[in-house]
Amino acid sequence: MTLPIFIIIPLAAAFLISLVGRKKDFWGPLLAVAATVAVFVLSLITFFQLGAGIRVYEMGGWKLPYGIALVLDPFGAFMLIIVALISLTSLLFSVSYIRHLGSDWKYYALFMILVGGMNGVLITGDLFNLFVFTEIALFAAYGLVAYGGRAHEFEAAFKYAVMASVSSSLILLAIAVVYSATSTLTMAHISVAMSSVGPGLKIWIGALFLAGYGLKAAIMPFHAWLPDAHSSAPAPISSMLSGVLIKTLGVYVLVRIFYNILGAPQVFLTAFMILGTLSIVLGVILAIGQWDFKRLLAYSSISQVGYIFLGIGLNSTLGIAGALFHLLNHALFKSLLFYNAGAIEMGLGTRDLRKMGNITRLLPITAHSSMVASLAISGIPPFNGFFSKLLIIIAAVQAHQPVYALLAVVGSLLTLATFMKVQRYGIRGENPVKGLQARPGWGMQAAMIILAVLCILTSLLIVPGIKESVLDPVVAAIMNKTGYAAAVLGGR
Amino acid sequence: MIIYLLCFALFLIGLYGMIVKRDLIKIILASGIMGYAVNLMIVLFGYRRGAVYPILEKGKEAAIMVDPLPQALVLTSIVIELGTTAMLVALAIRLFNKYKTFDITKIRRLRG
Amino acid sequence: MSEKQGLTVIVKTVTRAILPVIFLYGFYIILHGHLSPGGGFGGGVILALGFLSVLLAYGRPAAQEWLNIRVLHSVESSGPLLYLALGLLGLAAGGAFLLNTLGKGRLFDLWSSGFILPLNIIIGVKVGLSLFLAVWALTEWNPEKGDDP
Repeated sequence: MTLPIFIIIPLAAAFLISLVGRKKDFWGPLLAVAATVAVFVLSLITFFQLGAGIRVYEMGGWKLPYGIALVLDPFGAFMLIIVALISLTSLLFSVSYIRHLGSDWKYYALFMILVGGMNGVLITGDLFNLFVFTEIALFAAYGLVAYGGRAHEFEAAFKYAVMASVSSSLILLAIAVVYSATSTLTMAHISVAMSSVGPGLKIWIGALFLAGYGLKAAIMPFHAWLPDAHSSAPAPISSMLSGVLIKTLGVYVLVRIFYNILGAPQVFLTAFMILGTLSIVLGVILAIGQWDFKRLLAYSSISQVGYIFLGIGLNSTLGIAGALFHLLNHALFKSLLFYNAGAIEMGLGTRDLRKMGNITRLLPITAHSSMVASLAISGIPPFNGFFSKLLIIIAAVQAHQPVYALLAVVGSLLTLATFMKVQRYGIRGENPVKGLQARPGWGMQAAMIILAVLCILTSLLIVPGIKESVLDPVVAAIMNKTGYAAAVLGGR
Repeated sequence: MIIYLLCFALFLIGLYGMIVKRDLIKIILASGIMGYAVNLMIVLFGYRRGAVYPILEKGKEAAIMVDPLPQALVLTSIVIELGTTAMLVALAIRLFNKYKTFDITKIRRLRG
Repeated sequence: MSEKQGLTVIVKTVTRAILPVIFLYGFYIILHGHLSPGGGFGGGVILALGFLSVLLAYGRPAAQEWLNIRVLHSVESSGPLLYLALGLLGLAAGGAFLLNTLGKGRLFDLWSSGFILPLNIIIGVKVGLSLFLAVWALTEWNPEKGDDP
C-alpha cells in the first residue's frame, strides 16, 4: 500500500475544507470526520499487515540516496494508530464543543493540517523532511492554541511560538552540522556514516538535537511554555497537544535520532534518565499546588512524559516496553481528563477548582469517566496506568538504578494525591451547583465513553499473547538500533 | 573557520535580542536574525574550493560546482521562517489589541 | 495604518504604470525556474509584492473594489489540490507518488524537464496569493475604530 496516503488524506481534506467550507457550514465537520476515520482504519490495517518488517517508499521514483524516502517500521505504525485514535475522539468532541466558540471551517482546516503534519513526521525517512513536517504541525498548533480569541490565549500562543522558533533554529543548526559531517540527509545513510564521525562531534550533534526537540517534548529545563499553552487552548486541542503532539514531535523523534542514528551513546541515555526523573518529581510537585484545573493537568503531563523518558533511558527491553505502553496509556487518560475539563468548563463556566461543586448528578458521564481516568493515571490496578508504571519501575530496579525507581514510585504517590484533590474539589465539591449553562452534546459524551472503555481494555496489552503481537515488534524495532539502516538499505 | 565563527556570533546576537529585549517587535526581529544566521551557515557549508555556481548554461561545459543541496534546504527554510514571522506578527497585533501595550513584561496575566 | 485615502497622486500613477511590469517579471522568474535561479518561491514573492503595492498605494477600501477577494481565496485554496492531482497522476501511471510522467524534452528548452514547470507555476501562484492574503488579513483591524475586547 502506498505510504504517502497518510499525508495525502489529511492535507487534501484541509484544502477541500478551506475551498468549500466557506459556502455551506456542514462541509467542515463532515470532511474532517471522514478523513480521520479513513486514516484510523488505514493505520490499523497497516500495523497488523506490517508485523515486524519494514517498508520503504521512494517518493517520485528517485532512488536513495538521491531522493526522499518514506520509511515505515513498527514504531512508526504504532504511533500512527495512537495519533489517529486521539484525533478521531478529539474531532467527535469538537463537533459539539466548538459550536459554543463559533463553529468555523477554519478550525477544521487547521486541525487537519495538524494531523497531516504529525503523520508526516511519523513516516518520513529523511532528516530535513522531518524538520519541515515538524514546522507544519507547529504552525497549526499555534493557530489552534489561539483559537478562542481571548486575551490569555494570545499570550500563551506567543510564548509558545517564540520558544519553539528558538528550538527550530537549534534543530536547523544540528542538521547543518550533520550534513557537513556526513554529506547526506537520509536517516539510514547518516547512521551508516556516523561510525566514522568522532565522539566529540557526536556529542555536539546529540546535544543540539536534545535541546531542540526536547523543547518540543517539554522535558524539564525546557518546559516553560507547556502550562500556558495547554491550559489556554480549547479542550479538544489541549488533548491533542498533550496527548499526541509532545509525544510525536518530542519522544518519537528523539528515539529515532538517539537510538537509530547515533546508536544510543551512554552519555545521552544517562541524560534522558536524569531529565526524566527531574520531570517526574518537579512536575507533580508543581501540579499539586495548582487550583486551575487545566493548568494542573498540564503540569501532570510534564510529569508523565518524564516516566516515558526514564523508560527510554534505561536501554533494556522491559524499560522500552514500559515506556511505549505508558505512551499509549497517557494519550488515552490525559485526553479523557482534558475532555472532562472541557465539559465542566462548558457546563459551569469556570476552571477554578475552588468554585466547582458536586456534579455527579448533573454531568454523570463526566463524573464517572473522570474517576476512571484519575484511577488510571495514579496507577491503581486493574487500570492501564498501573501496568505501564510497574514495567518501568521493575526495569529500573533490574538495571541497578534503585534511586530512579524510588523517585518514580514517589512521583506516582504524589500523582495519586493530586488526582484525589481533583476528585474532591472538582467532582464532589462543596459549593451548591444550581444548573448547567450548557449541556454536553452527543459528540462529547461519545468521545468520553470511548476513551474510558479503552482505558480499561488496554490493560489487556500486558497479557503475554497480545503483548507479543502488539508491543514486542515495536520494542524490537527500537532496540535494533543501527540495524534500522541495514533494514532500510536492504539491497540498494 | 573565521566565517563560521562570525555566523555563530550573529546567532548569539539574535539569541541575546530574544532573551533581553522587552518590546514585542524587537523579539520578532531578533528571531528573524537568528534564522538568517543559521541559513547563512548552511549555505557556507556547501562551498567547495575553486568552484562555480551550480547552473549549467548553454555553451559552457560542466566544471566543479558548489554543492546545490544546501541551497535548496535554505530556500525551504526561508519560507518556513516567513510563515513563523507572519504568525508572530499576527499574534503581536492581536496582543496589542487586548493589552494595549507592546511591552512583554506587562503581558503577564498567566501566572504560576 | 490610517491610510484610507492612500498615498499621493504621484505614487498612485506610478503604481498603475509599473504594475504590469512587476507581474511580467514575476511570471518570467516562475517560468524559468528550471533554467535559472528562482522558481516558484521567488517568483511568487514578486507577484505578492505586485498586489501589495496596490494595497499600499490605494488604501484598503479602494483596493477592495478593485480586486475580487473571494476569487483570490478560491484560487489559493485550489492550488494545493491541483498539486496533489499532478502527484496522483504519477501514482496512477504505475509508479510512485510524484513520478515524472511528462516528457523530459531537450536541454535548455523552456518546455523541458518533465513536470517541474507546471509545479513551479502552481507554487508561484499559491505563494503569491498566500502572502498577499495574509497581509490583507493583517490590515483588517483598524486601531481607530472600536475593537472586540
